Amino acid sequence: MTIGVTHGVSLMGLTGTLVQIEVDISDGLPHYSLLGLPDLALMESRDRVRSALVNSREIWPNKKVTVSLSPAWLPKSGSNFDLPIAVAILAAQQVIPIEQLKKSVFFGELALDGRIREARGVLPALISLRESNIETVVVPKANAGEARLVSGLEIIPMENISELLNWLRNGMRAEITEQFSFVQNNNFKDLSEVAGQLEAKYALEVAATGGHHILMIGPPGTGKTMLAERLPSLLPALGEQESLEVSAIHSVAGVLKERGLFSREPPFISPHHTTTRTAMVGGGSNIIKPGACSLAHNGVLFIDEAPECVTGVLDALRQPLESGEITITRAIGSATFPADFILVLAANPCPCGRLTGRGRSCTCSSLQVRRYLNRLSGPLIDRIDLRIKVEPPTRTAFSSGEIGESSVLVRERVAVARIRAAKRFKSLNISRNADIPALALRNEFKAERAGMTLLHNEMDRENLTARGFHKTLRLAWSIADLAEHELPLVEDVKRALSLRDGMDLFG
Amino acid sequence: MAKSKQAALMGEVGETFVANHLKKSGYAILARNWRIKEGEIDLVALSPAGKITFVEVKSRSSLAFGHPLESITAEKAYRLQRLALAWLVSNSKFGADYQIDAAAVIIAPSGAVEIDYREAVL
Repeated sequence: MTIGVTHGVSLMGLTGTLVQIEVDISDGLPHYSLLGLPDLALMESRDRVRSALVNSREIWPNKKVTVSLSPAWLPKSGSNFDLPIAVAILAAQQVIPIEQLKKSVFFGELALDGRIREARGVLPALISLRESNIETVVVPKANAGEARLVSGLEIIPMENISELLNWLRNGMRAEITEQFSFVQNNNFKDLSEVAGQLEAKYALEVAATGGHHILMIGPPGTGKTMLAERLPSLLPALGEQESLEVSAIHSVAGVLKERGLFSREPPFISPHHTTTRTAMVGGGSNIIKPGACSLAHNGVLFIDEAPECVTGVLDALRQPLESGEITITRAIGSATFPADFILVLAANPCPCGRLTGRGRSCTCSSLQVRRYLNRLSGPLIDRIDLRIKVEPPTRTAFSSGEIGESSVLVRERVAVARIRAAKRFKSLNISRNADIPALALRNEFKAERAGMTLLHNEMDRENLTARGFHKTLRLAWSIADLAEHELPLVEDVKRALSLRDGMDLFG
Repeated sequence: MAKSKQAALMGEVGETFVANHLKKSGYAILARNWRIKEGEIDLVALSPAGKITFVEVKSRSSLAFGHPLESITAEKAYRLQRLALAWLVSNSKFGADYQIDAAAVIIAPSGAVEIDYREAVL
């Protein structure tokens, strides 16, 4: 008896490891042992593989079958090893040619009738195969599109075991010649649908330009959610690499279908305020799955009713807000997911929500009001550059039939401003104003002299912390970019200060 | 009762086939259906090389319910080990070289017999 050898991929976060699968069949009582730290789902592969092989009219060896997944120390999970194990068992019985298997990887869960089921995480697994000597990858047919996003590998989509064996034995398979390309989806919600709210719209434009986080405070029904949902439409379309990153994360989470394979739209993720910390940042004991903040990578994370969030959930976002990625550590290892998003928080001004204007109908005590927004922790608020009030639309704004600017128009302005910024950052390894290092802000990226004086005065009056000083300056750069100023003028700095404090902007 | 009688007959026929198969290969049969309180050993034979061989025989009429040898569970295998030692002790051969084999016998309704003999399975 020979030893059957194939390859699979074990995925931890977005990092895949090539796993060699060896099958030895020896005489003895019928027995099946699976070595190499399998989890429960993988342990159960025995019965799936057996039924799938038998129902595909292949022979199940009624002997002592030993399956070894190497490297043995690496904990492995999930059902994606079904297919390589099945192929290795056939290879050990010498009923298929083994030459082809040396440079092939197999991926997929088996149904009892021999169908190959759709798998999770195909995209990141294949990306990590780029640097191996693997040439051919067999994937479930349902994952063919996502697999083709990865260049440099021959992708063989297969529907069931019989089809796969026909290819291995006779080299015959159905040719698929579909072409795939990235698409720009124009089905987003448009900014012009929001009546009035000029200040808030401008704040969104600034946020989109510089990648600034934003907090909106206002009574219910004033359009906070509407505004937040329209932020992705103001962001430039994702580049090919960015789109691939987003798709890889969605693939691991098993929600790539919902997003669409070739979408260049920045993702918009809005977890409910009862969301747990694990759902927000990611986790899981056997398979580490990305959380909402990673799904929002390169896009927008919107949390409505932010003060209602369970304690600690919002503060768990502090690490990704700082570093643009999140590392989750569990007993089986640690995984790092990118999490570079624009955070949008919406909040009512008080528990009853009616504290607006003169606040005459508000039924909350002053203590309740004070406590309510204090639920948003200081360190978190400090990281949010834009804090604006969203008041109910005025009578004139509401009744005038005038349609505001469309998203496309604003997005063009944002794109131009981003190009201005990118030119400036040539020497630095950043792309957005929100990422300018503090030291650079005090040297090459100062505002106009009068603007700097204004900021220093604010600091002297203790209206501004050192962090606030830098944040305001970054904001001022975004405002200047939008206004096509060479550097932030004193008016840009003033505007930045008001956007930070939620003061009235348009008089 | 009828069913279990048939099964018992099937078992007996299977054991006879295996015994004949062993005899043809030069084995001497030392005991058949050796039974004590703990259980039963189907066949005890002496190999041409002088090794005492214990054989567990499983007979079936088809493979429809899986391979016959699959019904030898870990518990059953452990019992076979103890029974083998018990046989050696009670026959004053403790310390002798021995092995445990298993044989699957498929007796088709047509009368065709197929023996799947596996040596030293435990």
